Amino acid sequence: MDLLNLIENINAADPEFADRISDRRAAIKNITSFGSKVAVAALPFAFATLFKKAYGQSATTDVNSVLNFALTAEYLESSFYNTYTAKSYIPSSDAPGFAIIKTDENNHVKFLKSVLGANAIASPQFDFSGGAGSGNGPFASVETSYDTFLALSQAFEDTGVRAYKGQATNLMSNATVLTAALNIHSVEARHASHVRRLRQLRGVQVKPWITGVTSEISIAAAASVYAGEDNTTQGSVNITTLAGVNGSISANAASEAFDEPLTKNQVVAILSLFIKA
Amino acid sequence: MKTHTFKNDSGLAGVDLSRRSFLRYAGAGAAAVAAVATIESCKKEKHVYKTDVGSGDTAILNYAYALEQLEAAFYIQVCNSPYSGMTSAENSLLSDIRDHEIAHREFFKAALGSSAIKGLTPNFSSINFSDRSSVLAASKAFEDLGVSAYNGAGAMLKNPDYLLIAGKIVSVEARHAALIRDLIQFNTFIDASVVDINNTSTEYSKTPAQVIPVANQYLAANSQLSFTADGIM
Repeated sequence: MDLLNLIENINAADPEFADRISDRRAAIKNITSFGSKVAVAALPFAFATLFKKAYGQSATTDVNSVLNFALTAEYLESSFYNTYTAKSYIPSSDAPGFAIIKTDENNHVKFLKSVLGANAIASPQFDFSGGAGSGNGPFASVETSYDTFLALSQAFEDTGVRAYKGQATNLMSNATVLTAALNIHSVEARHASHVRRLRQLRGVQVKPWITGVTSEISIAAAASVYAGEDNTTQGSVNITTLAGVNGSISANAASEAFDEPLTKNQVVAILSLFIKA
Repeated sequence: MKTHTFKNDSGLAGVDLSRRSFLRYAGAGAAAVAAVATIESCKKEKHVYKTDVGSGDTAILNYAYALEQLEAAFYIQVCNSPYSGMTSAENSLLSDIRDHEIAHREFFKAALGSSAIKGLTPNFSSINFSDRSSVLAASKAFEDLGVSAYNGAGAMLKNPDYLLIAGKIVSVEARHAALIRDLIQFNTFIDASVVDINNTSTEYSKTPAQVIPVANQYLAANSQLSFTADGIM
């Protein structure tokens, strides 16, 4: 664990980090400004204490519930990639990208668990057929079909993006956690873009960004992943009335330019298809 | 130094940043940030005139507006003078990105209303627009920078509505960044320069103080941003 790096990130991302742990301000400064082996050797203990103070103690129940919600989604994603990236249907040209995504999702699980500590929920068991435990849901061909795998991957990544986005305002009380969540959110969006690009290169009519509610996933259950993505009004501004290159900005561009959030309930409804009851 | 202006782009036309208002530090609120356009009217005297961007959330939104102006101007130029060998598929993707960045820019302009900073003049003289590698490298730099900037500014926003909209934009910037990286070399949508891939797999966010010097490399001298903050630097 690159503790120096993480602390520097926290300080950069959260200007109030030092204040958050004001009695440890001197310790933080020492940690980040000295590279001596003594200081580094002392890090694990100091860091664990600081980490708990910054994330654990000040984290309210609400923040923990948001983090456990995120952890559930990350459990699903990591389990999905741990299971299916071992399949022989993944072309060697695409394997390096999925190795990155798999690592990221496992790292997100570890990170969220470390933040939640004893409050972390355990991983549910998953049914990636989308059958809520029946093993015979609409995505059952994921066992043998790379295209189904890609469709599910796209749906999970886009759901992840929308889920984190929907929780951001619930984390405003804790700048450190909010910034960490945003820093995961953009990684999920990078994954989604890559998977969509893979599908596009295989002839599927999707782009790295979300156009309207189009998913090019024929299974009806996927529609709920994209509900509301065709929104073209942000705040009080109707984007399609604004000036583009030729005339007004198109509805497609207006929709693509802004990803939309999902509520917790919407996300739970999606995830529940893949969780063994 | 060569600068580009874009006549088909109403948002950048007729920009005049000169001596609009004398600098008033936007430091009233905690963690206020001022990303302001500066004019050095007389280098010897080192007087700096800046456009007041307000404080608090308005300053953050203007900071985003400045970055979106830069990105939109870049992609307009890319699409107006396609690099050698640009495929139709690449043209389509880059045109989409251009339209997204224009949407972001025009959104901020509309949302900020009379609080918006003026149109900035870019300086893309370091970019060879006829060369694919040069264009995509610049594109990657802009997109990665944009993602890190939004991620770093999110927690500075006080208004939840603004935070949500920033969240809606940053994931689109991340989609752009990943695509451009995949165009440069497939499977490089994430690497250790932008994401802590060996530990938490969180993106490295950046503060305005880290972002602005990079952005300034692509802005004309009379449009460069400067930074003030309470409790950040």
